[in-house]
Amino acid sequence: MVSAVFHAPLDIPQEAPQIIANNDSPISARGQKHLESSQAVGRRAPRDWSALPRAFWLAVLPPLCGLGLLVGLWAVLSSTTGGSIPSPKDTWLQAVEVFSDPFYRNGPNDQGVGWNVLMSLQRVAVGFGLAALVGIPAGFAIGRFAFLSRMFNPLISLLRPVSPLAWLPIGLLVFKGANPAAIWTIFICSIWPMVINTAVGVQRVPQDYLNVARVLNLSEWKVLTKILFPSVLPYMLTGVRLAVGTAWLVIVAAEMLTGGVGIGFWVWDEWNNLNVKNIIIAIFVIGIVGLLLEAALVKLATAFTFEEVKS
Amino acid sequence: MNASLSTKFIEVQGVEQTFKTAKGLFPALQGINLTIAKGEFVALIGHSGCGKSTLLNLIAGLTTPTHGALLCANREIKGPGPERAVVFQNHSLLPWLTCFDNIHLAVERVFGSKEGKAQLKARTDAALALVGLTHAGQKRPGEISGGMKQRVGIARALSMEPQVLLMDEPFGALDALTRAKLQDELLDIVARTHSTVVMVTHDVDEAVLLSDKIVMMTNGPAATIGEVLHVELPRPRKRVELAEDPRYVHYRKAVIEFLYTRQAHVEKAA
Repeated sequence: MVSAVFHAPLDIPQEAPQIIANNDSPISARGQKHLESSQAVGRRAPRDWSALPRAFWLAVLPPLCGLGLLVGLWAVLSSTTGGSIPSPKDTWLQAVEVFSDPFYRNGPNDQGVGWNVLMSLQRVAVGFGLAALVGIPAGFAIGRFAFLSRMFNPLISLLRPVSPLAWLPIGLLVFKGANPAAIWTIFICSIWPMVINTAVGVQRVPQDYLNVARVLNLSEWKVLTKILFPSVLPYMLTGVRLAVGTAWLVIVAAEMLTGGVGIGFWVWDEWNNLNVKNIIIAIFVIGIVGLLLEAALVKLATAFTFEEVKS
Repeated sequence: MNASLSTKFIEVQGVEQTFKTAKGLFPALQGINLTIAKGEFVALIGHSGCGKSTLLNLIAGLTTPTHGALLCANREIKGPGPERAVVFQNHSLLPWLTCFDNIHLAVERVFGSKEGKAQLKARTDAALALVGLTHAGQKRPGEISGGMKQRVGIARALSMEPQVLLMDEPFGALDALTRAKLQDELLDIVARTHSTVVMVTHDVDEAVLLSDKIVMMTNGPAATIGEVLHVELPRPRKRVELAEDPRYVHYRKAVIEFLYTRQAHVEKAA
């Protein structure tokens, strides 16, 4: 159904530009420069279009098929369970309603989805920011000094596999509040990838660059800013990406347990209200926000990766 | 004997270098004795794995010998320093800095405490001009060719006004034409700056063309200096004229004879 909608409009422009281009060429040959320049824009565009469809289809069609499959399966599931799982159409209508006013406030336990997402993002930002503040310098120190590396490796190996949610009670005990406890959980889960990746990056700085530093007899500060930091940056950004990804996974679970305002709490609240449509909407919202976070960080990482470092 | 050649500038005294490997101790160098005079161009030649680079790293101070001593200007070499600039085999430019900044990093370190910003910039520009790369100053190493990168590496080393220039197969990774061009440029630069140069090479023509003294090394393990050949060709040397010069042919033959007859490389199973 989805592909049928896209099929019709694309077939027509594929042939149309050919005709326009052929009619135009004798005019430009006569050397009407003003005409040519003003027409060039109009003429070039359809030419590109004629080359576009193949690439366009390859780029757009498969993802649309994937989404179509998801929606199709969902529709089948909905109809076979007799509507206990709402249909895609009902959910869509509900989503339009939910997003028509995402920033309303009716008391502390009834706020718009926008507020919930923003609150969750805020917790992730604070917890992740604190983790970066501690984890990145710690990673540098562990990577640079063998003693620290041997000292902390057993600790990291022991604590890293622990589910961050296991730290939640400790957070509640120490900070005596739901919000700081959730931030604490995010802090714990996002610190490990940053420490480990930064340390690995420091250990993998090419010996050549360190030899340059030794021959030039650079100060420790110059070594850090001109050699270590730039060559560790790609590793560090990988750590950041993994950390943000994990943090976004964990915040939903943490908020389900702590309550308050947040996307995880929203899911749990809607479950208590038996509003399955909103739960499905929340799943999509969580997915899309996670996707955007990931895409932004990948873009950041490629901007700071240099040719020789990649190879 | 020439007066300048009699002065000892770099002295290598009974140096032995042993590496610890997974299979036990590996004796790389043994009984190395060598003196290099100020302004002398010395080539270290030998088959791969004979410890040429190991010896160069020792002179650079990047590694310390197991036994023996190395002196530079009558002082023991304790570690690397900007007075002994190294041109690395793979250029080792920092890919996140422009060519200008790569050189400027070295200039700033050596002269930063004595000179102003304008002077430092002038020195960097001069180093770029020396290797004919003024136009590429604002490019990153990833955007220029291999030959250009190696020239930036040489410019970086020269910009420090080192007492000794240590080059580890600087042109090894380049094609023959680019290599010849850079050799000519190096001859020209060394003639102007009167640098003391120690260069590791495996190229016989390069060694004869450039150096005053060719240090030929025996095969490892436990490599040592097999023979030292003094190349007494007049400078400035011109590649094309030398090609038919009987003395050039003689020196070339001497090196080849050493490398391929007396020290014929035994291929070991890797």
